[in-house]
Amino acid sequence: MSWLPHIPLGVGARAVVDWINTYLPDQLDWIAARFNDSAGGLTTFFLLFHPLLVAAVLGLLAAWVRSIWFGIFVTAGLVLTMSLGLWTQTMQTLSMVVVATVIALVIGIPIGILAARSSVVSTIVRPVLDFLQTIPALVYLVPVVIFFSIGFAPGVVATIVFAIAPGVRLTELAIRQVDAETVEAGEAFGGTPWQILRGIQLPLGLPTIMAGVNQVIMLALSMVVMAGFVGAPGLGKTVTGAFSRIDVAVGFEAGLAIVILAIFLDRLTGAFGQPTPHSLGAKVRGRRQAAAQAAVAAQAADQQVDQATRGARPARSHA
Amino acid sequence: MTETTTSPSTSASAPPPHESALSVDRLYKVFGKGGRDAIELLRQGGDRNELPTGTTAAVIDASFEVAVGEIFVVMGLSGSGKSTLIRTLNGLLEPTAGSVTIGTDRLDGASPRELREIRRNRVSMVFQHFALLPHRTVLENAAYPLELRGVPKAERLARAEESLGMVGLDGWGPYLPSELSGGMRQRVGLARALTAGTDVLLMDEAFSALDPLIRKEMQDQLLELQAKVGMTIVFITHDLNEAMRLGDRIAMMRDGRIVQVGTPEEILTDPANDYVAQFVAEVDRARVLTASSVMERPVAVIGPEAGPRTAHRLMREHQTSALLVVSRDRKVQGIVWEDDVAEALRQGSDRLPQMSRDVARVSPNTQLADLFAESASTRAPLAVVEESGALVGLIPRVTLLTALADPGTNGVDADAEPLETTGGAR
Repeated sequence: MSWLPHIPLGVGARAVVDWINTYLPDQLDWIAARFNDSAGGLTTFFLLFHPLLVAAVLGLLAAWVRSIWFGIFVTAGLVLTMSLGLWTQTMQTLSMVVVATVIALVIGIPIGILAARSSVVSTIVRPVLDFLQTIPALVYLVPVVIFFSIGFAPGVVATIVFAIAPGVRLTELAIRQVDAETVEAGEAFGGTPWQILRGIQLPLGLPTIMAGVNQVIMLALSMVVMAGFVGAPGLGKTVTGAFSRIDVAVGFEAGLAIVILAIFLDRLTGAFGQPTPHSLGAKVRGRRQAAAQAAVAAQAADQQVDQATRGARPARSHA
Repeated sequence: MTETTTSPSTSASAPPPHESALSVDRLYKVFGKGGRDAIELLRQGGDRNELPTGTTAAVIDASFEVAVGEIFVVMGLSGSGKSTLIRTLNGLLEPTAGSVTIGTDRLDGASPRELREIRRNRVSMVFQHFALLPHRTVLENAAYPLELRGVPKAERLARAEESLGMVGLDGWGPYLPSELSGGMRQRVGLARALTAGTDVLLMDEAFSALDPLIRKEMQDQLLELQAKVGMTIVFITHDLNEAMRLGDRIAMMRDGRIVQVGTPEEILTDPANDYVAQFVAEVDRARVLTASSVMERPVAVIGPEAGPRTAHRLMREHQTSALLVVSRDRKVQGIVWEDDVAEALRQGSDRLPQMSRDVARVSPNTQLADLFAESASTRAPLAVVEESGALVGLIPRVTLLTALADPGTNGVDADAEPLETTGGAR
């Protein structure tokens, strides 16, 4: 196809990357430092406590939002990673996933809300998300490493780029699918757009938004190994190390730890979106609510008895 | 209408009341492109089917006024534009042309902020599918309008408690809407609107999603509440029986246009066109028509001083076997029967015979269904008397029966103008 000139897109992309790297080094360093600090800091926090204590607390959290059996599974799984000698790496990976997810959501949910409110934003955002989600990670890992060197920061950035799409998409869907009449009710009683968003659209869209959060976390976990390539500490680094040494045993163990982490995060966030009656939390709340309703009923009964006796008393005095 | 409604506009063909709570003037709502052109076409008498594809005229040239304390029903089938119309009344939809005024506030051209103020203070709404917040308790739902206004929590919950009491939901505050039946949920919807404390209440097919028994119960409760609180209500429905039960006046809508506005009786006895006539054919007339709409002009009456000869002549003239004896101030004294008059004539008396005091008196607002019970106990015509006791009309038993027949099957409006049937010399 020599008749068709080569459009120098690649050269253009390289020029942009070079320009950013040359003229914004301070800004890039600042971002890198923040990401390294937050993921590193969270890891340090997890490692402050005895691993058994962390495993027990996370297990309790799992039991609170989902079920007692799930809590037991989580604790057991985390203890297993401990016995495999992968505790530190597991906590590093968990920290990186948490930080990347939080940032992806902080950026993604507001964009999703805007997209739900304006079809213009929606039309612009959709192809951008498609682009981010489908462009191979190895392609943008190169500029990310150029910008942020190695460590947590490039891992976090790569993860955000890859995982942000479902957060935006499902937030938009969540808000668009809230019952139109209920939103109308908010408007009809004079609610401001912000009041309607906070009081009606977000709470009613929460299950779908949580499905988005869940998807973001799962995608973030699937980028862990990629992050290992660019030197982010954690299970990904263990896997890539095992890969380069052709070490099946270590690779399997690290892979299993990732799976345990994945099941923990998936079921946990899934339960936030769809509360089950089996969770410890639901059981406690149910008991409290039953007690409150019983108290109201008892009060009403008391009043009736009061009125009855009050009604009866004068009659008796006349007799 | 029912005794519970105390609206001044119940009387037939009253002029539009002075004190209007809501007025709509030449309102158009056109969806899609080319709204202006569409309105121009419609103003020149065009049909809405002539509009280009993608342009839909939902409301065409609607004008009406709703009086303070009135229940105004907008009745139409699906696609008639009634839901669109009600949504322009609180600005959920912006009219393409024309104006909506609530009290003294114009809705058209109001800024979003002004519109919110109007909705907070002037007009509230009850929805077909309740539109409650499922994640909040019944009490919090009822308090929602005040929450939007920023009323402190303790105060708004107290007022919500009050309105829950008014709709008979005492003690249900801590429950979630999902724990309530459909009827109870709509009571929460009603309580929420009551908490808002606005002058005007819009009800969009509010009882349509409820089963018939519950619906009737809710209608009764609404009438009771309305009598107590005296709000102005605009009620949308596709059920004519509901419209007739609730409405002080009814606007019949078809294909975006209001084809007739009138009291239930006016619509029943004098439908503006075939479309309305077809509709009213299915109505239980006994529950809608009242004494005042079927009564005849009181011609078969006689003064207490008149003699038996006059009585005899009047009876022959009016082909009747009984005459009501009415004093000069139009108070009913009693009734004289043909046999007694004949007896008096034979005896050569020049005084009326002993009259029977046993005359059934009914108020002009008595429903037809109740008139039957009264009529069954006497063979004399029923005397329709005002509160002062003055006679305004008569209802012979045969009139009662013809009134039940519907004007459509009779061909002519046989009972549309009952005053004429006996007045004319037949």
